[in-house]
Amino acid sequence: MQEWIDLLMVLVAVTNLAILGVSRLRTCIRLSAIQGALLGCLPLMVGPLESWGPILLALVTIAMKGWTLPWLLERSLVEAHVQREVQPFVGYNASILIGVIAIAASFWLNSRLPLPFTPAGTLMIPSAFFGVLTGLFILVARRIALNQVIGYLVLENGIYAFGLVLMPHQTLLVELGILLDLFVGVFVMGIAIFQINREFDHIDADRMTGLRDWSDE
Amino acid sequence: MIAILSSILSVVLALVLAPLLLGVVNRTKAIYAGRKGQPLLQLYYDLYRLLRKGAVYSRTTSWIFRAGPIVGLAATALAIPLIPFGGGRGLFSFAGDFFFAVYLLGVVRFLWVIAALDTGSSFEGMGGSREVAFSALAEPALLLALTAVAWMTRSLSLSDMVGRLSWTLGPGVAPIAMVGCTLFVVFLAENARIPVDDPNTHLELTMIHEVMVLDHSGPDFAMIQYTAALKFWLLGAILIGVLLPFETLPTTVRWPVALGGMFTLAILVGIVESTMARLRLLKVPQLLGGACALAIFALILVVR
Repeated sequence: MQEWIDLLMVLVAVTNLAILGVSRLRTCIRLSAIQGALLGCLPLMVGPLESWGPILLALVTIAMKGWTLPWLLERSLVEAHVQREVQPFVGYNASILIGVIAIAASFWLNSRLPLPFTPAGTLMIPSAFFGVLTGLFILVARRIALNQVIGYLVLENGIYAFGLVLMPHQTLLVELGILLDLFVGVFVMGIAIFQINREFDHIDADRMTGLRDWSDE
Repeated sequence: MIAILSSILSVVLALVLAPLLLGVVNRTKAIYAGRKGQPLLQLYYDLYRLLRKGAVYSRTTSWIFRAGPIVGLAATALAIPLIPFGGGRGLFSFAGDFFFAVYLLGVVRFLWVIAALDTGSSFEGMGGSREVAFSALAEPALLLALTAVAWMTRSLSLSDMVGRLSWTLGPGVAPIAMVGCTLFVVFLAENARIPVDDPNTHLELTMIHEVMVLDHSGPDFAMIQYTAALKFWLLGAILIGVLLPFETLPTTVRWPVALGGMFTLAILVGIVESTMARLRLLKVPQLLGGACALAIFALILVVR
């Protein structure tokens, strides 16, 4: 089972790399959906299968991360008439390079991290760190608000994978945490994107720096 | 004795069958497009025709222009015996010979580029500049991928690296798959295949490899075409050697599997060429950068 978990975590890390290097917004959304679906399978491998908890969690996660959130994003992509290009502040090749550095950093962090128990897969923690770092990087390095939402999703996926490391020990707590997370995620994302779409014709975060409720004068 | 004979046989096969592979690629593309296509042996006919012709040399060129094709063919032919084929060993091998093989290909590229610059044509200079720009990205990808393979097999010689990996589940599969992807991208880029360069475009401003060899004619051009076919075989042999677990196969099927792998690869290249468009020039570094990133990731996975 450990081999399968590691293989899955490698696939997740590869989707992260691809999100960094891809230039189409729609492809980014699809990749985040694939990543969500992959991570949705993780509780089935990590958790104790005697109870219904992990199965339910997997179903909810796949439905949310693999379907609902990407669907919301795609819808707002169509409605907001944003450009299909990602419009990065940091170029694609530089992004991929930073991604590779982030992978190395994640493995280093993993080697420095004392754990009270051995995780179910040796790659779970590095891959989770890499997801978090990728998400943070996308949040600051992309211009379009929709893409920053994808960055937030990737970041959240990393945190989710990290939480699942604890799953065999604190099953109920982890499940509740993840479900709450998803619930809040859907609401925040849905409302945020909807509001941005309605209030402004564009969702270019760079131009929002001009928005102020007080004046400088 | 049998080992040496099989090594010699693999070299002979490479020298004889390499042009046939390009024929298979062209035939696949023709079938995809609903054409009948040129004969499978077309490249042999071309080589024969070109060898009977005389060469034309521009008065602005020097000996560099004439040396380019000769040294290119010699360097590639020197790299061929290093590559093991069909689960055997290369004809000769030493520790670190994968660096030697990669940089023999580098020598070929260097000579072709300076021969192109030697003609004084700005068009060829442009092709040379593109060639160098892209291979500067393809070379680290190839070396990193081979380094990952070297680490997995704990050896520095191509004879012990290629064909020695097995698909055991677990830490093995992901790095092998990633190295395979990287090598395939490098294979397409180095052989001027479609996502990077289109071998069918002549006299267009988008081409890379073809433009460098425009001024070569007769036997020189035959040597360049043959070298390109050998390079196709060489990188293809490395790719299928990394992907297929020859060690675990019984001895009798290793050769058929290896040859079948090469022809499948040629068909795959034909399918890629028929179904994909050439990438914009600006996107090519992105593709090669992604291949590099995959190779580094594989290296990190196997080293940790």
